[in-house]
Order: sequence, then C-alpha cells, then structure tokens
Amino acid sequence: MTSIILLSVFGIANLFIGFMKSKRILLPLAILFLIVVFGVNLLSWNDTQSYFNNMLTIDNYAVAFTGIMVLTTLLLVPFSQRYVNEKDSNLAEYYSLLLFSLVGAIMMVSYENMLMLFVGIEILSIAMYVVAGSNKKSLRSNEAALKYFLMGAFFTGILLFGIVMIYGATGTFNITEIGAAQIATGGVMNSMFILGLLLVVIGISFKISAAPFHFWTPDVYEGAPTFFTAFMSTVVKTAGVAAFFKLMAAAFAASYAAWFPTMIAITVLTLVVGNIGAVVQGSAKRMLAYSSISHAGYLLMSLIAFNESSASSILFYSLSYATASIAAFGVLMLVADQKGSEKYEAFNGLGRTNPLLAFAMTVSMLSLAGIPLTAGFFAKFFVFSAVLQDSSLMWLVIIAVILAAVGIYYYFRVVIAMYMQPADNYEKIRVGSFASFTLIFITVLTILLGIAPALVSDIL
Amino acid sequence: MITAILLFWPALAALLVLLIKGQGAKKVAFGAALVEFALSLFALSGFNTENGGTQLALNFPWIESAGISFSIGMDGISLLMVLLTTFLVPLIVLSSFKHDYKNPNVFYALILFMQTGLIGVFVAMDAFLFYFMWEVALIPIYFIAAVWGGENRIRVTFKFFVYTIFGSLFMLAAFVYLYLQTPGTHTSNVNAFYQLALNSGQQSWIFWFLFIAFAIKMPVFPFHTWQPDTYTESPTQATMLLSGIMLKMGIYGVIRWLLPVVPMGVSQWADLVLILSIIGIVYGSIIAIRQRDLKRLIAYSSIAHVGLIAAGIFTLNEQGLQGGVIQMLSHGINVVGLFFIIDIIFRRTNTREITSLGGITQNAKGLSIFFMILLLGSVALPLTNGFVGEFLLLAGVFQFNYIYGAVAGLTIILGAVYMLRMFQGVMFGTKSEATESFTDLTLNEKAVLIPLVIMVFWIGLFPNTFLSISEPAVMNLLTIIKR
Repeated sequence: MTSIILLSVFGIANLFIGFMKSKRILLPLAILFLIVVFGVNLLSWNDTQSYFNNMLTIDNYAVAFTGIMVLTTLLLVPFSQRYVNEKDSNLAEYYSLLLFSLVGAIMMVSYENMLMLFVGIEILSIAMYVVAGSNKKSLRSNEAALKYFLMGAFFTGILLFGIVMIYGATGTFNITEIGAAQIATGGVMNSMFILGLLLVVIGISFKISAAPFHFWTPDVYEGAPTFFTAFMSTVVKTAGVAAFFKLMAAAFAASYAAWFPTMIAITVLTLVVGNIGAVVQGSAKRMLAYSSISHAGYLLMSLIAFNESSASSILFYSLSYATASIAAFGVLMLVADQKGSEKYEAFNGLGRTNPLLAFAMTVSMLSLAGIPLTAGFFAKFFVFSAVLQDSSLMWLVIIAVILAAVGIYYYFRVVIAMYMQPADNYEKIRVGSFASFTLIFITVLTILLGIAPALVSDIL
Repeated sequence: MITAILLFWPALAALLVLLIKGQGAKKVAFGAALVEFALSLFALSGFNTENGGTQLALNFPWIESAGISFSIGMDGISLLMVLLTTFLVPLIVLSSFKHDYKNPNVFYALILFMQTGLIGVFVAMDAFLFYFMWEVALIPIYFIAAVWGGENRIRVTFKFFVYTIFGSLFMLAAFVYLYLQTPGTHTSNVNAFYQLALNSGQQSWIFWFLFIAFAIKMPVFPFHTWQPDTYTESPTQATMLLSGIMLKMGIYGVIRWLLPVVPMGVSQWADLVLILSIIGIVYGSIIAIRQRDLKRLIAYSSIAHVGLIAAGIFTLNEQGLQGGVIQMLSHGINVVGLFFIIDIIFRRTNTREITSLGGITQNAKGLSIFFMILLLGSVALPLTNGFVGEFLLLAGVFQFNYIYGAVAGLTIILGAVYMLRMFQGVMFGTKSEATESFTDLTLNEKAVLIPLVIMVFWIGLFPNTFLSISEPAVMNLLTIIKR
C-alpha cells in the first residue's frame, strides 16, 4: 500500500519539478524514486495486509510482481536519456505517467475485488494511450495512440460487461466470494455467469495481446516511441498476466472445465500467431512486437497448467522476459537513433563498433530464444515442467517446442546482423552512462538467473 | 572435486584469454588447454578402473525446490571421453598457430568455453545439467563457425544451429517428462532415470524424442544434411571440434541417456536404427568416393564411420558397446589429424580440390608419412587404432544380425576406396601448378601430428589400456539395460 501512495506522491512531485528549467535532474530523481519504491515494496514481504474493506490485499504474490514491475521500470528509465536533450520533450510528464501507470499495475496484482481490477487496468491504460501518442509530430505515433485508445476502450467495455454479468450471477465483486459461490453450487453456474466469464477472459486477453485479440499490437508497438513500447510490452504484460492468473485461481478455479477449452485455444493461437508473425517481419521493432505476442503465449501456458507451480513460473518468466526485452528495446532505441532505421540492417556491424551493445543484445536475444546460460532457458523450462505435470498436455508442449525453434530463427537474425554482416559505415554509437550501466546490469542478471534460477524461482 | 576443476578451469581460462589483446591469446589458450590435459591425467590417476560406477563425484543442490542437482562424476566411459577432449583441444589450439584470426582473444576464449560445455556433457549425472551443458557447447561453436568461417557460413551454420536446437528441445521435453515420472519429490538424477518403470508405449515415444536429438548431433542418416556443409564452411579448428569431439556428444548421449533409460524402446526400434545407420555407412562412403573437395570427402567419410559406431552401440552387446567407445577415441584422433593435414595442404596451395593437387610426396616426405598413417588408421588397417574399433563393432553387429554385419562390413572396402583414391590424387602423380613449390612440415605442424600418430599406434597395438578403463562401466550399463 505504501508503494501505491509513494508512487502517486512521486508522480505529482515530478510534475512540479518539471517546471524547473534544467531537465538534467529529472532522470536521477526518477531513478531515485523508483529505487525507494522498490525497497519500500519489499518491506511488505511476508506481511499480508488488506485495505479498503478487503478491496486490495498486499500479499507475497502482489509484492513479488510489484517488485518485478518496479524493477523493470527502473531498468527502462535510463534509456530516456535521449529526451533530456530534446527541446520539446515533456520529460517530467513522461515520468509521471509511468509512475502513475505503475500504480494501476500494482492494483492489478493486488486486487481482491473485480472493481479494483477494472480501476487498475484503466489507470494503467489511460497513461499508455497518452504516451503511445507522445511523439506528436509523427503520424505513426498518432495512429498508434488512436488505434490503441479506440480498441482499448472497446475491450474495456467488454471487460466491464463481463464483470457486471458475473456480479449478476453471484451477487458479489469479491473474487474469493465469487469462487465460493461456485463451490456452493458445485462448479459451473448459469449461462449468465459463463458469458460473463468469457467476456472477462476476452477483455484481459486483449490487454496482454493474446491472439485473436492481438491485432492492435504490431501497429501500436511499432508506432509508439520505442521507449514506451518497451514499457507496454513488459510492465503492462506482466501486470496483465499476473492479474489474469490471480483472477482465474481465486475466482474461477471451480469453473476450470468451463474456461479451459477457450484458454487453450487462445494460448495455441497466440503462440502460433506470435512466432510465425515474427518470422516474416523486416523490421526489428515489429519483430519484437510479434515476439511479445509469442511470449504472452508462453506465459498463458503456465496459466493453463493451473497448478501450484504456475505462479512461480509466471513470475520467473515475467522477470526474464522483461529484463531481456528492456535490453533489446534499449539497444534498438540507441541504434535507431543513430541509423534512423529500425530494420535488421541497422544492426549490421554493431559487433565491431559497439561490442558492449552487441553483447548485451546477443544475451537478451539468446534469453528471449530460451537458450541455456540465460534466464530465458529456465523460464521456458519452468513453463514446460508446469504444463507437463498433466501429461495429457504433451501435445501443447510439442507445439511450443517447435515454435520455440522457430523463435530462434528471428532472434538470431539480429545476432547475425551484428556480428557477421558488413556495415556501410562503422561509426560508434554514443551511449549514455546510465544506459551502459543498465545494459551491463541486465546482462549480468540474465546470465546469473540462467545459472542460478533458484534465486527467484523458489520465492513464491 | 577434480571433476569440478576439470569442468570449470577452461571457462575460467576463457575469461582470462578474453582479456589478452593480440595474437598472444593463442599461447595463453594453449597453455590453459595443456593444464587442463594435465588435470585430466591427474583425474585418471585417481580413478579406480575396476569399478563400473560413478567416481570422483560431486553433488550439490542446484534448484533445490525442484530436486535438480548439480551432479557430476565419471565412470570409465565418461573418463575416456574427457581424456579425448582434453587431449584434442590443446592440439586443435596448436594447429591454429599459423592462422591469424581476427579478434584472436574471442576466438580462443570461445574454444575454451566450448571445452567446458563438452566436458560438462561427459561428466553430467543429472539430466538437466546434461541438457544445459549440451547447449553450452553449442553456442560457442556456432559463433566460431559463423564468424570465422567461409563464404556461405551464415546460411550453413544457421541451419546447423536451428537443426541441433530443434532436436535438443525434444530431448528437453523428454527429460521433463521422465523427471515428472520419478517418484516422490521429483529428481532428474541419472540413476533415478535408470530405475523408472515405464511401459513400452511410453518408452517407444520417449525413445524417438531422445533419439532425434542425438541422431542430429552424430549425425545418423537421414539427419545428416547439416553436416557436410557445416564442416566445409567452418574454419579448420571448428571443423576439428565438431567432428573430433562434438559428434561424440551424440554417441555418448545415446550410451548414457538413451539405452539404459528406455531399454524397451530401444529393443523396439533397434532394427530400424541399425538399418538407418547402415544406410548411412553405405551412403556416406559412396558419396565420399564421388567428392572432389577434400574437406567434404572427410565430412562424408565421417558420416560412414559414425554410422558404424551407431550400429554397434544399438546392438546392445558388449563388443558393440566397447567397440563404439574405442572407435569414438580413434575416430576423434584420426579425423582431427586428417582435417589438419587438409588444412596444411590448403594453406600452401590454396585449394582443396583433388584434381588440382598431386605429386606432393616428391616435396614433402614427412607429410606423406603422417598422412599415410592417419589414413590407414581411418581405413582400419590392423595395428592401427581404426582396426580395433571396427573389428569390435562389426563383431557386435554380426552377433545381432549377420546380414546387417555383412552390409556394414562394406565400410572397410569402401573406406579403402575413397581414402586411397584421395591419397593417390593428392600425393602421387605429377606435380600440379599449385603443388609446384610445396614445402614439408614445420616444427609446429609436427608437434600437432606426432601425438596424434602416437595415439594411432597406441590404440592399435595396446587397445587394452583403454578398453580396460571402459569395460566395467560398459558391463554396468549392460546390466542396467538387461534388467
């Protein structure tokens, strides 16, 4: 709870500090704010508390996911150094919006009441609609914001519709009570309940860009400034999946049989669309957008495994995916700024000009592809072992395995470009000190978790 | 403890080498590889060759909640494979002294790093550690081949990489499944896998999941399509690592993780695997006869040789398995030597085409002798190392089914055909433009070839030195398989 309050206060404070002439102080300050929030959040570990008549519960699940989301933001913020020198960028507002959206994200992982889930999603989303269009002069950015907003509003409506129907069927918004209501009637309830459940599933699937509700993702991710794309594809996705699992585990465990077929169809479709879609892209940024869809698929796999390992495998996967993605988007941002292109060819020769950038990018690509020695391998490993506890789901793992091999194809295109393709000009890309430090930190973290995954996998 | 030092020393040395600027890196890398060899001899001295179980073991929890442990150790088979690795890596590094690769520190660091992966595969006694090391060995070799390789390297090595990862992901899925079948709080220890009571239906499909991974690595026909191109396009050192050591990972994987884990699956499919292997022998040999590029020729000959090893170990009798183990050593030594000789010829003449070579014997007596010995080892002439292995393997296959044995025996005749044809074309005849001013071996080249040739004779004359190390382990595995 303290972290929600702190984030709100810091967000507002940031806006006022933005009135100062120099923007230089904003970045260190934002980093400081986030470090404070990260630390304060950890104080709630093993200290479960409920707030506002049981609307929010800060338990270990909430603390762990809050930690990941704050850490992700913390690692992302240094890449905003480019905005410091830009005259007409609204840096203070950007930071405030990120801090506010984190408030929404924390509500999404700690809600106890469906209304809180809805409010959390809205707080998160509205900030995202704004930042997607933050590059006011770019047509693509405007298009992205509009598309995201229209689609987002529509699907929020669907989600709300679903919540109301479930309320109609059970008479409560509290997720534990909804779960209890089904047990009282022996599992599945009436058709209104089923319809509501389906609408909620669709609403959240949209937010985590699961197929077939993913169609906005490539355009929005590509159009939005890369800095915010990175936030959307990491923090928003982590919050969405964590909220999704919490909802299913607390409220709809008894109706497992009713939603399982739908969810499994969504999962398989997401895996296929994400991986196959990424193969045919010519732009690295668009590839990363599709790859984020495919990772939503792997995350959903651990959700549908629906057993005691699900929560920790989602946690580990989110962390490894988020850190690797931040590095990938971060390097992409630096490269694109210099070369003016987000295509694969922009990476040509990076291994020679900027060994550090190239190495960080390689490690994050290996991690996203799930190759051992990186966190991504254990992330996939935990997902597959969670799913295989029900050995009748072997077929799902086989599909995922084949698609993971497909994934290597598009991730390695970047690696090949960096180390093996000749470049037109070998001009070194200048990297700010904060960004360099962050890239080193992420690389070390990714390899560390790839060697000793127990550091994180055992905490939940 | 010595096992852990053996495992981590190359990785540590790799970090050290990375820091060295310029061509000095190769000397440091060579020194580090020699230290590793000395360490492995020390391990040998502490090894009880009477015992068929795991020795020099080390075991501590890795992912405790999941029952996954960092469990390493060696039995006789592992030890021989480790010795092969530690023996060949210094020679491979030494063989590169004439090359000035760009970014030498990265090049040699990757070789040493790969050695950690290779040793890890051979000493891992936990399924997930094995898988982990399996991929750790793959990543450096991919970069070595793809960055320092020939013209088509990007496409070719990428195919190799995706192909092997694709296979190994199936292995991972099978391991996860087996792991979840272990009783109680699950464990992925090799002995727990050996004790699983799976029905024949389960064994049947797990067999394929594991076999695909190993068959791609070896490679067994028809999973070999990545191999000739990759061998040809890679820099010589990478080709040596791939053919000399990495291919043994696949065979070792079969011996350790396939045969004893799913024995019923193996007996169900052994006939098919033997037929595939024998097709590989004949197919590899015939294509080798038709090759004009020396590197491709050896690449195809390697498919034939590996085919025979695969056929031998799937017979599940003592001769077959022992022959497989000893032939892994022999093949590693011979193929590394032959690739090095091709590299020597290529560096002097700038060609690998048999038709544009010839008459090298006239200028280079020393080279001819070494070439001849390695070649005879490769065609399994008695007194050389190849003979011991092929004899045992064929004896094993004959015991299994004499028709298979007869067809597999073609390898000896066909092998002689393509090898001698190659030798004739390259070494005899009139000098060509390219070989006009051919110079004999330098000291450095002799330093690489002499240890190899010594091993050719050692294994050929006193095979018991090596067979006795692996015998208890092989018998132990056979009791597990026949339980």
